[in-house]
Amino acid sequence: MKKNYGVIYTLPTGLWVSLFFLVPVIIVFLYSFLERGELGGVVWSFSLKAYQDMLSPTFLHILVITLLISLAATALTLLIALPCGYYMARSKKKSLYLFLIIIPFLTNFLIRIYAWQAILGNSGFLNNFLIRLGLIEDHIQFLYNEWAVIIVLVYSYLPYAILPLYSTIEKFDFSLLEAARDLGTSHPGSIMRVMIPNIRAGIVSAVLFTFIPTFGAYAVPKLVGGGKNSFMLGNIIADEILVNRNWPFASATSILITLVTTAALGLYMFANKSAARAAQRKKI
Amino acid sequence: MKGSEVRIEGIDKRFGDFHALKDVSVVVRKGEFFSLLGPSGCGKTTLLRIIAGFETPSAGLVYVDGANILPLPPNRRHVNTIFQNYALFPHLTVFENVAFPLRLKKLSRQEINRKVEDYLTLTKLTGQEYKKPAQLSGGQKQRVAIARALVNEPDVLLLDEPLSALDAKLRQHMLIELDTIHDKIGITFIYVTHDQQEALSVSDHIAVMNEGRVVQVGNPTEIYESPEDIFVANFIGEANLFHGTVSSVEGEMVSVDVKDLGILNVTMEPGDLEGMRDFKPGKKVSITVRPEKINIAIEKPPDLQPDVFSFFPCVVEEVIYNGFQSKFFVKVSGGAQGPETGPGNGNFTVKAFKQHVSYYSAGPEIKWKDRAWIWWKADDAYLVEVHDA
Ligand SMILES: Nc1ncnc2c1ncn2[C@@H]1O[C@H](COP(=O)(O)OP(=O)(O)OP(=O)(O)O)[C@@H](O)[C@H]1O
Ligand SMILES: [Mg+2]
Repeated sequence: MKKNYGVIYTLPTGLWVSLFFLVPVIIVFLYSFLERGELGGVVWSFSLKAYQDMLSPTFLHILVITLLISLAATALTLLIALPCGYYMARSKKKSLYLFLIIIPFLTNFLIRIYAWQAILGNSGFLNNFLIRLGLIEDHIQFLYNEWAVIIVLVYSYLPYAILPLYSTIEKFDFSLLEAARDLGTSHPGSIMRVMIPNIRAGIVSAVLFTFIPTFGAYAVPKLVGGGKNSFMLGNIIADEILVNRNWPFASATSILITLVTTAALGLYMFANKSAARAAQRKKI
Repeated sequence: MKGSEVRIEGIDKRFGDFHALKDVSVVVRKGEFFSLLGPSGCGKTTLLRIIAGFETPSAGLVYVDGANILPLPPNRRHVNTIFQNYALFPHLTVFENVAFPLRLKKLSRQEINRKVEDYLTLTKLTGQEYKKPAQLSGGQKQRVAIARALVNEPDVLLLDEPLSALDAKLRQHMLIELDTIHDKIGITFIYVTHDQQEALSVSDHIAVMNEGRVVQVGNPTEIYESPEDIFVANFIGEANLFHGTVSSVEGEMVSVDVKDLGILNVTMEPGDLEGMRDFKPGKKVSITVRPEKINIAIEKPPDLQPDVFSFFPCVVEEVIYNGFQSKFFVKVSGGAQGPETGPGNGNFTVKAFKQHVSYYSAGPEIKWKDRAWIWWKADDAYLVEVHDA
């Protein structure tokens, strides 16, 4: 008898999730196998054309660019987030730093990207500053290229990387570093050999929390990107829906993004499971 | 003899305003089992961390075999530490924990396997190689920490209260094992503890520390039998303390007048009085008598001479039965006039421990509220401190 209550309790959330999450995914999945309608929408006959179109050199170029930008942004984010998390975890003013990290979330995401336009623009803050200092004669074109996209992506997802790193580093037993030093490692050696393996879970979360949203980025490349090296998959979807009215192709691209990010998650879960299984196997 | 001599000279350590170590100088001989003993917060760990290289002293030097090691980082010192919390690497198996320092040295595979197996055998860990630290018991973790610290074959092993996380039985057992390992490999052990029993039972020498200072260095018998001050007397084992004024000095025999109690005789070691030029009647002194050296019985033995023995009537206030011994807390009141003095008149609580050696010599049982006699030999009283005033 008791078991059935569980189903009843989870029914509302179950319905909610399937209605607003699963159903749209199924619709997108179905649409990707249909023919495009003349004025948008779809024609209900099976077709693989959307997926065949993905083999075009233009699309492959964009796919590669998207991968490169999101990988670069993820790597850069991790490189900045690790020392930040380390410093925060060791600091006496932990709550102050946590508060500072959460502050940006009080402002709308788009507004913060516009703020970057004001900083990096040709007559923006940074250029004016450098010209006043006499370091440059004329303005530098910071905006509307892949570097601007990477910088703003790093800025946007840095807090999401710092927080999981901070929380695992905070639980890390720093006396292990002393033990490693005692046994003969240098200071960097003790970090690499003892700290990194022990905060692996935090690193993986940080990577996923940055890679997944940057791979599907839309607003950042739209607002601070430009040229053919910063046009990303997220921008294709918008263009195909709004400009080219090719719904099946937009759907297929969405499915591709979903697959890649799911694969990243799957890899994470697989790594965790096999690590656990390896530990289990070694038990005597 | 393997191992190294460690010479600590004038070490001072300040943490901001706090003076954690004050002019600490100690010599640890090659291959000995040396203990740093002192109450919590006296600076034992700080001194050990200075030797290991995790803390820089504000002043002073540390020599290992004559060479100052302070400029070396921890990884370049031939000193290894067993940490209080073990500090095993949770992501590595027992085997890999022990192999860690060997892999850093880039030894060959066979050599690593051989050495790790050797030290796992020494610490009785064979069969546990592939467990992770989380799957081990407290005693096993301790053994891994020992194996890992020894596999590098250091000249000096530092042990920071290595047994404090274990229960009493296991502690006893591991202490004996540590001692056996020390005998086998013969390197210098510097062992930090606040447990005087541990220190007394295994050490070659002990440095007793208090509030950042080394107050006495000696072998266990010296520390126990000839404490240099009241702190050491109280800290090591249990002690009865009497404060009084010297009334006469005759040869090696010093008589001390203890207020409300009477005259106590103390036999000094030959030569002990020579260094104290102004030691004469009128000096204020403190005397200790170890509780196990005090006899207790209902009847006073008839043959106690007052110049050799001190004896007092008393009332038994508390009896603690420990199996192998009984601890009596008795109230003593002045003079040898007999057990007429009622309870409550006594001014001194004296501890007397009686070993249950044999039922033959036990005599009548001594119970709570009984009137009894305590006595001890002047040889067993020890003049622990002479006060300046
Ligand atoms: N990093 C530090 N900063 C400030 N004070 C410190 C620091 N490390 C130790 N102390 C202080 O120095 C004193 C000695 O500490 P230490 O850890 O050496 O004591 P201990 O003798 O090992 O005590 P225990 O038996 O409790 O381990 C303590 O009062 C402690 O508070
Ligand atoms: Mg300590």
